[in-house]
Amino acid sequence: MRAVYRFDGFIFASLIGGLILTIVPLPDAINAWRPAWLAILVLYWTLHRPERFGLLGAWLVGIAMDTLTGTLLGQHALALMFIAFINLKLHLRIRVFPKGQQALAILMLILVYEFLLFWVDGVAGFSTRGMARWLPVLSSTALWLPLAALLKWAMVLARRA
Amino acid sequence: MAGLKPTDVLPGRGPALGTRLFLLLACSILLMVLDSREDYLQYIHSKLNIVVYPIQAAVDLPFSIADWISTSLASRRRLLAENQDLRRRQLRSDASVQKMIAIEAENARLRALMDTAALMTDRTMVTEIMAIDLNPYRRLLTINKGSSAGAYRGQAVVDAFGIVGQISALGPLSSQVLLISDPEHAVPVEVNRNGLRTIAVGTGDAQTLNLPFLPNNADIRLGDLLVTSGLGGVFPAGYPVAEVNNIEIDPSRPFAHVEATPAAELDKVRELLLIWPGGVQEQ
Repeated sequence: MRAVYRFDGFIFASLIGGLILTIVPLPDAINAWRPAWLAILVLYWTLHRPERFGLLGAWLVGIAMDTLTGTLLGQHALALMFIAFINLKLHLRIRVFPKGQQALAILMLILVYEFLLFWVDGVAGFSTRGMARWLPVLSSTALWLPLAALLKWAMVLARRA
Repeated sequence: MAGLKPTDVLPGRGPALGTRLFLLLACSILLMVLDSREDYLQYIHSKLNIVVYPIQAAVDLPFSIADWISTSLASRRRLLAENQDLRRRQLRSDASVQKMIAIEAENARLRALMDTAALMTDRTMVTEIMAIDLNPYRRLLTINKGSSAGAYRGQAVVDAFGIVGQISALGPLSSQVLLISDPEHAVPVEVNRNGLRTIAVGTGDAQTLNLPFLPNNADIRLGDLLVTSGLGGVFPAGYPVAEVNNIEIDPSRPFAHVEATPAAELDKVRELLLIWPGGVQEQ
């Protein structure tokens, strides 16, 4: 049986929130540390709601992000879709990992995500110098556990209401 | 995870997943290749811009509200002081404009004598920067005017002091401006003192432009003002771009190392001007 993706208001709202956080202005000092919000959300939803959120969802979110941030159309779409794919392949295993190990798996996936962005930038001839572009890997991983707990809690609340 | 059906946990889309990956990969790569070839995706870009505009507006909203509150709550004394300051400035500009009128008339006469086309004044429109952070590796801004205001792709954007950049992606209500300090951007310039033509390339730093194509014996000095030369067709001629602040000449290298500071306040401004060269249109 093929999974039929249904519209899920909660997932949609969280992704809109993620897009907003992606373009909200931050002070220069911490701007480089801005977590890859959408990568975290895509990983979370493919991990916990694979029947609701899949490759196409990740791809569309990526296209929205490309439009918002003025990157090459398809760059973030490709990176988000690819980590969603790996995550969907492994989600049954990653889901039951102990928390620390799960965060480690997420670290690797975010690293893949940033590497794909870096790679496309390089191929397209944009400047790829500077180590600052790898900082979001650390901040995103650090946010994984708190954000996962928050989303779980919010979902429980939403269901009760 | 209570209440999960077995089909939820194992959605049974093993083979299809790979196919979908392949299709979407192909789509992304096709889009990126077309997008890097400039003009093919104009239409899609402007449509997508409408879709994401509510998000941009949502991000900008708190900042515009704060702006509005601070202007409506500004104290009488501050307003008076500001008013006085503006009046003084107005007087000063009026004085210089008087001189300008005479010079312009003289210029028109001389041009008529030389049989060249008259210089037309450029039309402008004020636009505001939306409080949005774009790509940290590029130098881009979002402004709150788009094709519905008559803007077009490649249009020059200036502030009170000089050239800021050009419109790189156009939506109906908002558009993206590529700054002259972006590493991918180059402006054709000439030295105001002697008309020496060259190209100013962005470095990614808001305070520095690079002039990579000047030979070691070029007549360029510290403090020289660079203005747009009008070549290339994007920027109208005669707008200030930058001031030379660093010249290093090393005889072992073919070109001089020349750097300049942009005249526009690239990282401070909130209001910009769109330019229609030669007064094409304004709405």
